[in-house]
Amino acid sequence: MGDAEGASAGERSGSERFRLIVASDLTRIGDVVETVTCCSLARQGASRQSFFRLRTILAEAVTNAMVYGNRGETSRLVTIEVELHPDRVVVSVSDEGNGFNPALFPAPTDADRLEATRGRGLFLIRRLADHVTFNDRGNTIWMTLPRS
Amino acid sequence: MAFKTNRTDAGITVVKVEGQLVVGNRQELKELVQDAVERGDRKFLFDFTPTAYIDSSGLGALVSISKRVREAGGDLRLAGLNDDLRSLFELTKLDTLFPIAGSAAEALTGF
Repeated sequence: MGDAEGASAGERSGSERFRLIVASDLTRIGDVVETVTCCSLARQGASRQSFFRLRTILAEAVTNAMVYGNRGETSRLVTIEVELHPDRVVVSVSDEGNGFNPALFPAPTDADRLEATRGRGLFLIRRLADHVTFNDRGNTIWMTLPRS
Repeated sequence: MAFKTNRTDAGITVVKVEGQLVVGNRQELKELVQDAVERGDRKFLFDFTPTAYIDSSGLGALVSISKRVREAGGDLRLAGLNDDLRSLFELTKLDTLFPIAGSAAEALTGF
């Protein structure tokens, strides 16, 4: 599927980390999402809702990275880094694009945007994750979710 | 094959969405409905009972398909969404755009 690295750099803080690097191939999104979700939540006996939330925000972030960040160029990579804490999961998704300004995205729930065919991915991420941040360039997103 | 279709005696085209409706197959669904509209179909029911996941691209495709069907004077209804999928429609307020029935049988009686 892609290159994976595991590390126990966070042992002293009680956290674990792993990284997945994949080409911008839309057919791999499902595998990426299932791998990261299972590695992050399976041992925790997490709720069905936590699985759903993590799957959803991951799928949206990886799709955005491949389609908009890397403009669908399969040679460009998407990096998914996962930090597992006892009570939460922090997932970052980075692409090789120029980034974007997340503040410029209007809510798709506005009456005049309801029939738009795009623009719901980031909105769903913001609604389903507990915490969302971006780097200054706008090509990396960090998303935090509970691990239970 | 993610989409299975059949036409009822009442002229309703039922599309079963199996597995996922995502960025990788949304175009296939749009083309399927476009072809059906060109054949004269006007009533569509999308049955999500066998669907595990819909991403935002899939939601966008449903909006686009809904517009196309309405422009042709038709009607598109949804049914069989599980609680998680229904929450996506509620979060995005798309539950206000689509008639959503609990089951396909319920939706078919309401056409």
